[in-house]
Amino acid sequence: MSGQRKSMLSGGIAKQALKDSFMKLNPAVMMKNPVMFVVEVGTFVVLLMVLFPSYFHTEGRIGFNLTVFLILLFTVLFANFAEALAEGRGKAQADTLKKSKKDTTANKIVGGEIKVVSSAELRKGDVVIVSQGEMIPGDGEVIEGLASVDESAITGESAPVIKEAGGDFSSVTGGTRVVSDQIKVMIKSDPGESFLDRMISLVEGAARQKTPNEIALNTLLTTLTLIFLIVVVTLAPIAKHFGISLDIPVLISLLVCLIPTTIGGLLSAIGIAGMDRVTQFNVLAMSGKAVEASGDINTIILDKTGTITLGNRMASQFIPVGDADYEETAYWAAVSSVKDETPEGRSVLELVKKQSMEVHPEAAAAGEFIEFKAETRMSGIDLVDGRHVRKGAVDAVKRWVQAQGGSIPADLDMESDKIASEGGTPLAVAVDSRIYGLIHLKDTVKPGMKERFDQLRQMGIKTIMCTGDNPLTAATIAREAGVDDFIAESKPEDKIAVIRREQAEGKLVAMTGDGTNDAPALAQADVGLAMNSGTAAAKEAANMVDLDSDPTKIIEVVAIGKQLLMTRGALTTFSIANDVAKYFAIIPAMFMAAIPEMNVLNVMKLGSPLSAILSALIFNAVIIPLLIPLAMKGVAYKPISSSRLLSRNLLIFGLGGVIAPFIGIKLIDLVVHLWI
Amino acid sequence: MDILQICIVIFVLLLLVKPVGTYVYHMFSNEPNRTDRIFGGVERVLYRIIGLKQRGSMNWKKYALSMIATNIFLVAISYILLRTMGALPGNPSGIGNMEASLSFNTVISFMTNTNLQHYSGESGMSYFSQMIVITMMMFTSAASGLAIAIAFMRGITRRGEGLGNFFEDFIKAHVRLFVPLALIVTLVLVGLKVPQTLEPMRAVQTLGGGVQQIPLGPVASLESIKHLGTNGGGFFGVNSAHPFENPSPLTNVIEILSMWTISASLPYTFGRFARNKKQGWMIFSVMMTLFVAFLCLTYFSEKAGNPLINQLGINSSAGSMEGKEVRFGIAQSALFTTVTTAATTGSVNNMHDTLTPLGGLAPLAEMMLNVVFGGKGVGFVNMIMYAILGVFICGLMVGRTPEFLGRKIEAREMKLIAVAILMHPFIILAPTAISFMTHLGTDAFSNPSYHSLSQSLYEFTSSAANNGSGFEGLADNTVFWNVSTGLVMLLGRYISIIALLAVAGSLAVKQKVAETPGTFRTDNKLFAGILTGTVLLIGALTFLPVLVLGPVAEFLTLN
Repeated sequence: MSGQRKSMLSGGIAKQALKDSFMKLNPAVMMKNPVMFVVEVGTFVVLLMVLFPSYFHTEGRIGFNLTVFLILLFTVLFANFAEALAEGRGKAQADTLKKSKKDTTANKIVGGEIKVVSSAELRKGDVVIVSQGEMIPGDGEVIEGLASVDESAITGESAPVIKEAGGDFSSVTGGTRVVSDQIKVMIKSDPGESFLDRMISLVEGAARQKTPNEIALNTLLTTLTLIFLIVVVTLAPIAKHFGISLDIPVLISLLVCLIPTTIGGLLSAIGIAGMDRVTQFNVLAMSGKAVEASGDINTIILDKTGTITLGNRMASQFIPVGDADYEETAYWAAVSSVKDETPEGRSVLELVKKQSMEVHPEAAAAGEFIEFKAETRMSGIDLVDGRHVRKGAVDAVKRWVQAQGGSIPADLDMESDKIASEGGTPLAVAVDSRIYGLIHLKDTVKPGMKERFDQLRQMGIKTIMCTGDNPLTAATIAREAGVDDFIAESKPEDKIAVIRREQAEGKLVAMTGDGTNDAPALAQADVGLAMNSGTAAAKEAANMVDLDSDPTKIIEVVAIGKQLLMTRGALTTFSIANDVAKYFAIIPAMFMAAIPEMNVLNVMKLGSPLSAILSALIFNAVIIPLLIPLAMKGVAYKPISSSRLLSRNLLIFGLGGVIAPFIGIKLIDLVVHLWI
Repeated sequence: MDILQICIVIFVLLLLVKPVGTYVYHMFSNEPNRTDRIFGGVERVLYRIIGLKQRGSMNWKKYALSMIATNIFLVAISYILLRTMGALPGNPSGIGNMEASLSFNTVISFMTNTNLQHYSGESGMSYFSQMIVITMMMFTSAASGLAIAIAFMRGITRRGEGLGNFFEDFIKAHVRLFVPLALIVTLVLVGLKVPQTLEPMRAVQTLGGGVQQIPLGPVASLESIKHLGTNGGGFFGVNSAHPFENPSPLTNVIEILSMWTISASLPYTFGRFARNKKQGWMIFSVMMTLFVAFLCLTYFSEKAGNPLINQLGINSSAGSMEGKEVRFGIAQSALFTTVTTAATTGSVNNMHDTLTPLGGLAPLAEMMLNVVFGGKGVGFVNMIMYAILGVFICGLMVGRTPEFLGRKIEAREMKLIAVAILMHPFIILAPTAISFMTHLGTDAFSNPSYHSLSQSLYEFTSSAANNGSGFEGLADNTVFWNVSTGLVMLLGRYISIIALLAVAGSLAVKQKVAETPGTFRTDNKLFAGILTGTVLLIGALTFLPVLVLGPVAEFLTLN
């Protein structure tokens, strides 16, 4: 799907956005953005002066007024374009989703008989049968059967997933296709409320509401706009007293330059683009608020298995016992695993290969494989020469050896306890009545996790690992992975308790989960990321769903949330800092005619008063499209401490915001002055 | 020598900040401490007299309402007394009743801790009015302001405890701070030859042979609270430039420190409340940095003298001495001017109207920002408002929604701050513009050029910031100026106080956010820089155009 998305950014979106930027000129729409609305009103006033110069007595300045009008118009259009462009990406994505939402037929079971109906007629509680090759007609739960389902329409992942009745893999999504077998599905959503419907409205931006921080920032921007309105309106009568007449277009120019148009024009684009970045990451955020909250996260609760560790236990070492030597132990361990297709079995062979030992267990391949059974708790191979090779739980192997009259090496228990105390699982290897040694199975931490947790710590985020393991095992893994804290032998209730405890300390907590018993904790957490493979209950409770079902993604989501807030702050700072240079361009220009001494303040040595005003206005307009890429991509985020992050951004956007317009306005003036 | 004098005063202030700040903290922390033994008895009697049985903590609405109700009561009494003082006792010089619009202006002026005086004390006030109305309001308005600042501190640093009890704070401010200090300062001033008498004006034979009326009165007692309470209304029309109000450089320094110390100590008190002294010092350092910058501007501008007079070949090595007292010179005048407008006292020991253009820009700018130490409490509260703004804008840049002192800054706080931050430029710029649109305004200007803008702007800025000093060239005792400045003073004080108390009330009930290495720190040098930047950017950008057309244009055309 990511390939598709890239192509979406091409000409089509830009063309649509261009059209939308004109549609958005509608004052009723514009009113939602007070800063740009003021610019639009100003544009309209100048337009009137251009159209009816005799009424306003501005016959001599039509050229200048027309130029001001055009620059103002473009300022508004640029801001609209930024918003439309951000929205366009989501809309294009929604279109592809809508394609999978076409009405399909459903085989509804009515009183034991199958009746073919339209999927739009299905209601909560209906039961349908879906066979190979058919589209699942709506969100629901598998109540009978097992099937592999192609969910690529939603997740972009082409490999089919297994769905079966009962357990954590029973939920199915409308619009996905059954590729093998047949299942009976109970529908769980009414038309228009399905997961796909919600997803479409989310990416389309239809359900977009202003986030709390956006509202607060908007208040600030509106206040600044009002303050500058007061400044400009009161300036006219005072200046008049001193014989300086300020034309309305000049005052409007000053106003537009001073009010925070840069951030005002880009604010909603930043928000939409932030949501979009989350979506592109294949995570579906139910609200912008959730994305914002993820930037504030102080604590992340992670499941050990599948998130921090690979989840399967891997052989890490062979330990000979009694008078066996290392080579022998490794050899028999390998022989016992030749035909063992479990991850544990394969990891034994890999370990042997890695240690490049001279063992060739392939010779034993002709033997008969003995499968692992819950009663025996052993697996192995019966060789052609009549020898029986077994590996399995230590006590099971001990009993098996004793039953054949063998003796137990004295150091076996000691070695196996040592492995257990380190958090590993010991497997004994035996041939007939002799125990050769142990295989140390270890839960391995995913590569790169330690570095990520270090980064999180620098960002001030604490990680807590949840595991069903005993405290000893948990401590070992926690140490290896570098998490800050862990909960051993954890039950689902423990997660809620930990979340509540952290929240009571004033912390914001994020967690991932997929099972139905995770649902309460997902709902309690400030940011809950559910796996798409998980149950409907989990997805319902969470405020984000990861379509790839990769729990480690919560870390990236936090980074995206932070990036969104940083971009907002950076552009606000930039926008306000810009005013210094604009003042130095416009103030001397306004008063220079009456007070020639004002030229001292013309530090940029701008060509003429008119070119100074136009240059400041042009800079004010073009800075918006120039910053669109930054608004869409977000400010580069590095996991460093807040003080360093602040100094860095303050230098770039604060100091840069003061200096950049001085250079920009001067350069524009060099060009503009050629005409004026 | 000049610089040394200034440095000594600043050094003494630095020595006083910590003990005074600590004392104020103990006064209002409501935890038992040693001062209870000295003052507790008096306070209990007062509580009994006013019937204050339960001294429970109030929420912000109740606190604000109690403060306003108390002020309205005092305003009503004072208005009646001023309108009838001709018939009241304590009037040996036989002064008549005050005119209605002037009485309106005067009571508002004193209740709002502004002390803008459109009357002249020696000819317009009886001794009774000076003592019962003027001096009383000087105490109560200062105590009201201090109580507000303390309530605000409690709100943003404590959780779920309310803002305290207004009446208790109000009484404590009098009993433990203003009355004892005023007593001490009065005695010191009397010792330094400031008159304190109830005798009428004295007629003396001058050397020229004529007879001159020398006004006297209870000057020292008014003088002490005038500065301690950052009030600024003088006993005489020329205020602290008068030799009876401020006879020597030593009394000048005492008056400077009296008005400066409590305001300058409040950041330290705040540091104690926040249990983070660094936080307090950070705010103090920002105030001091801005102060020193403005002081330098005034001092060096005045020292350079008036270019037009310099051109005449007149020896100007002493600087621009027009409107200044020879016994103070440039250094003590510049320091007094910068302190009185920083601490929004408004007393003057030289005429601000005759300051050089840039020398006059500094006091104007200090009142426009209204955060450089500031009057009783208000400056501090305003500075915190800017800190919240700074946190809001820059806090986002660390990738978190903004928080200050562990509390999230959200839409509600921003809306309330919007009211406060919008009100200040509005009540300065709008009436200034109006004064230029009508003869009622322009007739008062005694200067035709850009200086007239400075005059009008100064008048309204001084009213809005509740400072009270005037560019005395303005003929301001007219209905237009009395009413307009009266309204500006009212709005300038109460709107922002209510809005900011509401901010404190809202923060007080918020869940505290845990502090982690990812938290945006507000007690370090970097934030001091951000705060200074926010004050200058938001404050300066608002007033730059009028300042350019007023003092800056005057300066440029003068050279």
